[in-house]
Amino acid sequence: MTRTGLTAVVVGGLIVAGGLAFFISPLASSSPDGLERVATDEGFIDTAQDHDLADGPLADYGVQGVDDESLSTGLSGIIGVAITFGIALVLFGIFHSRRDGSRAEPPDARSHATG
Amino acid sequence: MHVPDGFLNAGVSVATGVVSAGGIGFSLVRAKESLSDRLAPMAGLVAAFVFAVQMLNFPVAAGTSGHLLGGALACIMVGPWAGTIAVAIVLVVQALLFADGGLTALGTNVLLISIIPGWGGLAIFLGLRKLLPSNRGSVVAASFVAALLSVVIAAFAFVVLYAVGGTGNAPVSTVLAAMLSVHVLVGLGEGLITALTVGAVVSVRPDLVYGAQDLVPDLAIGPDVRRGVVTR
Repeated sequence: MTRTGLTAVVVGGLIVAGGLAFFISPLASSSPDGLERVATDEGFIDTAQDHDLADGPLADYGVQGVDDESLSTGLSGIIGVAITFGIALVLFGIFHSRRDGSRAEPPDARSHATG
Repeated sequence: MHVPDGFLNAGVSVATGVVSAGGIGFSLVRAKESLSDRLAPMAGLVAAFVFAVQMLNFPVAAGTSGHLLGGALACIMVGPWAGTIAVAIVLVVQALLFADGGLTALGTNVLLISIIPGWGGLAIFLGLRKLLPSNRGSVVAASFVAALLSVVIAAFAFVVLYAVGGTGNAPVSTVLAAMLSVHVLVGLGEGLITALTVGAVVSVRPDLVYGAQDLVPDLAIGPDVRRGVVTR
């Protein structure tokens, strides 16, 4: 019996996340969430202001210009998963390489994370 | 649970922004000290996973949905510092690119979705683990209960902010009752997703889960093997 490697866990997890974002998110409930429901029932939903970036290319989890609603939602999900993973990996990677040097790191150790 | 601009007044928004900046700043300092080779990719995975699952609104009652907050999940998976940072990254991406969660409410959302359920949920998780036997089943059970309660605590925290600086006219007591009742149901979903996710990773690599690092894998029977597991 061999142990599952870290890379396998991370890649496997990303495949699950990407699959959920692309295939399942178009099936998600479009009902208002708990807070929106309470705000509606209690009469303060109108105090919400429109989002300042509501015209952005990915606003409201859709890709501008993609007309098929499911595809638009799914693509926005995949893009979001990739961007989120990338930002986190870069941020934590920078941290790791700048940690005070108990460990010698090759100079290009984080190039694979940032590039 | 993402709070839009306008629900809370400027004073509360600024105050939660300051508190959240402090909490995330503190987490950045502590995460730097504790970051290991394997934590960076795991924290990235947790952030990506939370983003994906937050898109999956599930029905909780007629005409009402809920979705994962992920604070408790992230902190159980990668610890209180990297965990809150990971979910904060998700919230920044959502606010800036997906128009989800107001820009002036970003501090409020980091507090209500990352820091409070994250640290609160992890505290409950660790408390339960002390009471329960040290095995994988306990980790899964503690994850479920901690994640469920983390949502209720976050809902309560929203009502506290509403009481201090809500712009609506509804009485605090009715908002409290409504928020708690719906978020107990959302919490059941949060608990289920968190328990399934933590359970899946614990079943293959308990050493990669912050909240289960004390569980030695079945195959690690000697100190040499165990050392091998920890370092790589």
